[in-house]
Amino acid sequence: MSSFRWRTIAWFAWYRGQSGQWAQLLHRITGLGIVFFLGLHILDTSLVGFGPSVYNTVTAIYHNFVVRLLEVVLVGLVIYHALNGLRVTVIDLWDEGALYQAQMWGVVILLFLVLFLPSAFLMLAPYFR
Amino acid sequence: MLGSASSPRPRTTNFELWSWLFMRVSGALLLILLLIHLAIMHVTQPIENVNFAFVAARWASPLWRWYDLVLLGLGWVHGLNGVRVVMDDWIHSPGWRLTLTALLWLIGFILLVIGAQVIFSFQAPAGAG
Repeated sequence: MSSFRWRTIAWFAWYRGQSGQWAQLLHRITGLGIVFFLGLHILDTSLVGFGPSVYNTVTAIYHNFVVRLLEVVLVGLVIYHALNGLRVTVIDLWDEGALYQAQMWGVVILLFLVLFLPSAFLMLAPYFR
Repeated sequence: MLGSASSPRPRTTNFELWSWLFMRVSGALLLILLLIHLAIMHVTQPIENVNFAFVAARWASPLWRWYDLVLLGLGWVHGLNGVRVVMDDWIHSPGWRLTLTALLWLIGFILLVIGAQVIFSFQAPAGAG
């Protein structure tokens, strides 16, 4: 009866935030978000084959401010996923990588802010002029 | 004891090894290719600029067609394989896992063909771009 609920509780209990589990959970959530957008993006770009009026009409959706906010989120997902993917690769390839995974996650968060905040500013500034 | 008679060692293939290697190599390439793509298309100019004429002008150069094709292939297969790994972890029922994995690769293949064919076959109409 409650096996689903117990499994869910057990799953959250397992994610105690130890040993890079939050880093890994975020890696998956960002990855799933990106691949979902990429599927949509393949479909919207394929419309270019139907000529200017179809493509320009459909991609006008992206000019909406709310969608622009989602686009900023997308850039954030990609930056985190890229930087943390690099961290995972270093953990895999460097003998002592696993010992420094927590410090490297700190570097990932720092670099994320350094890359994401100016990007978000550049993307949103035109709307406030 | 390893490899007792009652539980024969499963036939091993190198699939997961190749999958791991592919994710690292494609990830490293995507780190560069995708961040350049985002910087050009989303961050340093408003998305309003990206219309039919913009795409037609861009794809007038074979270099950008190849760039987009490589980005599509690496990004989409990296993303689909990531979803496969997440489903292996999180879907416990073997039947659902098999069904959804098959569906994933079917939809993935169809979208890859749609995306690749438009990059290959797109022809700007006379006077556009």
